[in-house]
Amino acid sequence: MNALPGATPPAPPLAILLELTHRCPLACPYCSNPLRLVGMRQELATEDWLRVLDQAAELGILQVHFSGGEPSLRKDLPQLIAHARERGLYSNLITSGVALDRARLAALVEAGLDHVQLSIQDSEAEGADRIAHYRDSHRKKLAFAGWVSELGLPLTLNAVVHRHNAGRVPAMIELALELGAGRLEVAHTQYYGWGLKNRAALMPTRAQLDLATAAVQEARERLRGRLVIDYVTPDYYARRPKACMGGWAQRFLNVTPEGKVLPCHAAETIPGMRFDSVRERSLADIWQHSEAFLRYRGTDWMPAPCRGCERREIDWGGCRCQALALSGSADRVDPVCELSPDHEAVQQLAMREAAEPAPPFVYRSIKGA
Amino acid sequence: MSALAGSAVPRLLPGMRLRRDLVRDQWVLLAPERVIELDDIAYEVVSRIDGVRSVDALVDILAAEFDADRAQVAADVLDLLDDLVAKRVLGA
Repeated sequence: MNALPGATPPAPPLAILLELTHRCPLACPYCSNPLRLVGMRQELATEDWLRVLDQAAELGILQVHFSGGEPSLRKDLPQLIAHARERGLYSNLITSGVALDRARLAALVEAGLDHVQLSIQDSEAEGADRIAHYRDSHRKKLAFAGWVSELGLPLTLNAVVHRHNAGRVPAMIELALELGAGRLEVAHTQYYGWGLKNRAALMPTRAQLDLATAAVQEARERLRGRLVIDYVTPDYYARRPKACMGGWAQRFLNVTPEGKVLPCHAAETIPGMRFDSVRERSLADIWQHSEAFLRYRGTDWMPAPCRGCERREIDWGGCRCQALALSGSADRVDPVCELSPDHEAVQQLAMREAAEPAPPFVYRSIKGA
Repeated sequence: MSALAGSAVPRLLPGMRLRRDLVRDQWVLLAPERVIELDDIAYEVVSRIDGVRSVDALVDILAAEFDADRAQVAADVLDLLDDLVAKRVLGA
């Protein structure tokens, strides 16, 4: 599995996430886009994206996630979805739901869209609109969810959880049922980019976390076969790191609006790392040979104690961007792991921030933070 | 856990696609944000689900076709279907 030059090529990736644009009507303070957003004029052209879809199918990718920003702001979205379908790719639209009317959604379904993932910011309008920084966003999303079901597509709701809404996880679960969603992602905030900038404004207390976790566990049992709930636990209170992206460069690729190919959406935060572009190289070439993909693929790069750990091919050493954000170096042990010398400090940090009054949000903006 | 009744009629839920994965040379079920790899036996079961046949009928067909012990086939099929219902790939 270790991708040394000349070694066996890595297994092909399963999924690709295409950030078609960074433009978005919402301004959530935990947005996964980088602090420095790509402007419309730098975005890839339609023919570039069509070529990426061809190369993805040839490489063995099975699922394509159309994401952003708000991907429906791209006028060529129906064409891209139709092309994905022609190439046998399963297409998923990751959307805020506020920029599409029913007719335009119907056109995407007609083009071959397979599934919709709709973000919600809360279970109720006041909190949701405050997070999104967009008036009436919640009501628009509820209407949009109704159209998804009417048009016969499966629906996933994605709810990012933090100190301002963690108590309403049970209400989010009920909302998912009311809206006819088959899946719900309850995702504690990931602290990279905008989320890291707003960490003190978002960090929940341990008690909030425990209640949210209990609500998810109870609902999973009760709703078995009706609602699948994926739960992303909050790193800072965990004892073991997540297998970020299923392992660096193991299963997944991310393409930015300007065509850079990343092993994960936050990888650009790592200093000194060079990313190749779909404008210059093929996806297969990048997957196999790009410096950024080789850097942390497999286990050879690992420091002690990861290198000798029995979980090294389970969590793949956790998250490199998190190691960078919390220990100052992407090469170090992910401080979420209790075997990291930085682990204790991270838990203390989370508890300290959660205990303080929440500072105001720094909303996501094209002007940067 | 809720085992399926023999009379239940499983069906693929909207948004599920059964597809041959030529690169990995195997059958896969494509589901929302999930790829379920099917081994040969799972494929034989899933490919016969048509929204009309009951669990009992599926077991009969598979036991006859593969000349296998019906009780054993029934146990395997129920395990698989139950898992796919929990994952919301199948409704029943």
